[in-house]
Amino acid sequence: MPVDFIGRALPSVSDYRIALRRPSLLVIVGDLRVPRVQVRYDTSGAVSGRLTIDATPRVASTITQEGDQLAIKFDADAIDVAYSNSTAAPLAVAGAQGLIQAVRVADPVTLAFTVGPRFGTFKATTQPSDTAMRETIDISPASAQTADAAPPPPPQTNPVPPDLNAIAGTSASTALRTIAIDPGHGGGDDDGAKGAQGTKEKDVTLSVARRLKAALESKLGVRVLLTRDDDRAVSMDERTAVANSGKADLFISVHANASWRSTLAGATISTTTFGQQDEEAAHAIASELLPAINGPARGIDFIPWDLAQIQHLARSEALARAIAAQLQGHVPLAMNPVDSAPLRVLEPANMPAVLIELGYLTNAEQEKQLAGNEFQNTFVQALVDAIVRFHDEGAR
Amino acid sequence: MTRSRLIPVALLAAVAAGSIGAWVSVTVRRRIARPSTVASTPAASSATAAPGRKIKARLYYVSTDGTKLTGVDREVSYAEGAAAQAQEIVSAQLTAVPAPLVSAIPPATTLRALYLNEKGAAFVDLSKDVSTSHPGGSQNELLTIYSIVDALTANLPAITSVQLLVDGKEVDTLAGHIDLRKPLQKNLGIIAP
Repeated sequence: MPVDFIGRALPSVSDYRIALRRPSLLVIVGDLRVPRVQVRYDTSGAVSGRLTIDATPRVASTITQEGDQLAIKFDADAIDVAYSNSTAAPLAVAGAQGLIQAVRVADPVTLAFTVGPRFGTFKATTQPSDTAMRETIDISPASAQTADAAPPPPPQTNPVPPDLNAIAGTSASTALRTIAIDPGHGGGDDDGAKGAQGTKEKDVTLSVARRLKAALESKLGVRVLLTRDDDRAVSMDERTAVANSGKADLFISVHANASWRSTLAGATISTTTFGQQDEEAAHAIASELLPAINGPARGIDFIPWDLAQIQHLARSEALARAIAAQLQGHVPLAMNPVDSAPLRVLEPANMPAVLIELGYLTNAEQEKQLAGNEFQNTFVQALVDAIVRFHDEGAR
Repeated sequence: MTRSRLIPVALLAAVAAGSIGAWVSVTVRRRIARPSTVASTPAASSATAAPGRKIKARLYYVSTDGTKLTGVDREVSYAEGAAAQAQEIVSAQLTAVPAPLVSAIPPATTLRALYLNEKGAAFVDLSKDVSTSHPGGSQNELLTIYSIVDALTANLPAITSVQLLVDGKEVDTLAGHIDLRKPLQKNLGIIAP
């Protein structure tokens, strides 16, 4: 029996009013007021935005703010909220702006928005039409001082980059959709470097990676893949495979350094290098022209797994420079912060890829810094800004 | 079978043959680099070393700021032949040094064997301490590896590249960063001016 039968046939034989709402899988029996509520978000400028909430049929509503909750209560028996991709994507932009982090149905008649750390004030206006009630809420960001006072993580100390909408954009081929973060080391046999106070590299890298994931997802609306999210051993190839098979647009391996000299300090950002033979092999294999069945010949790149990074080296170096520039002044940098070496985990990465050494655990002061919230949050914020800068430079 | 039907079949066969050819060539290329298949020359320094005779060799230690290697000329036992001399140089590089010099190689590390192939690649087989006792960090790891690579390539022109093995086996890395699956060439950039 087709489900439409419920809405079409049953009302004619029943004393009750019966309505079917297919999109929300709702059957309304009786004289209940269950308005459909549609949510839309539009940015107005880089740092502010407008929520538009249409309730059909028309019902009155009241808006209140308590703490980080902005609640809209409808004068009805229940609400039927229309969530769709077209709602989720703009709200991701609102999240990236730091204005609205989440929306949920708090009780049967209340829609609650969790406001972000940059949320400052709002101004609501009501415009009734024949069939619907439109609530328009203009949201303005907090002043810089207020934003600074917001509790981390994710840290929100810097102004929002201007081209934020382009980051999560879906049409441009340069859009950033997925970023793979690799917390270095892990597992019982691989602590990585260790500080004199017992700080383990594997713990620092995991903590920073988790913060990065939260910040990148909430601020840029991108998908973030972690190569590990607990204390376990992951092989080099498995790490890069997470990025390659997840079609990540960037691969960032996070490490903490160690030196035989305890005075050495500062972060470095490295790209990988290849031997001359590898480069010759990659060029010999690349872009062989193959005849195609029922079509013109086409170029196909046969790049061996271990040489995949060769074709991305220029962009990887640009990413390393963008990160160094953004970290400058925020966290201690090594004297030559942009470097290169034959880095095993980056070689198979089929996208711009860098390995960041946060600092030296063998330096007593840096060991304290690297294990602390302040350093980690500052680093994460600078890295998010660097990714935006790198993306903007690439899009030009 | 008509001529027009033969063409796509022939093309398919050509594509398949090309793919197999590419695979074979990559496989062969990789195998050539493996020490197990090279014409190896085990060093036998005890048989060929002339007792008492010394040569001057440049060995490499951690620079004062920790970012580079500093070259220091030291006396090393003379041995007949490149492989035997290479073994003497690596043994000297592994030996503990007095302060203020700092070695970039974990102190318990010993040399198990050393081989040369006909292409000038040296395969240096170290005890597992080089990995298990390594303090970690990509900076340390670079200095550990290149103190051996540069000591061999700088002192012995016959050696053009060096691959480190651990306990007789090829390894991914010593401490999780630097790719050791292929021989590495001399790195002058890591030597302090």
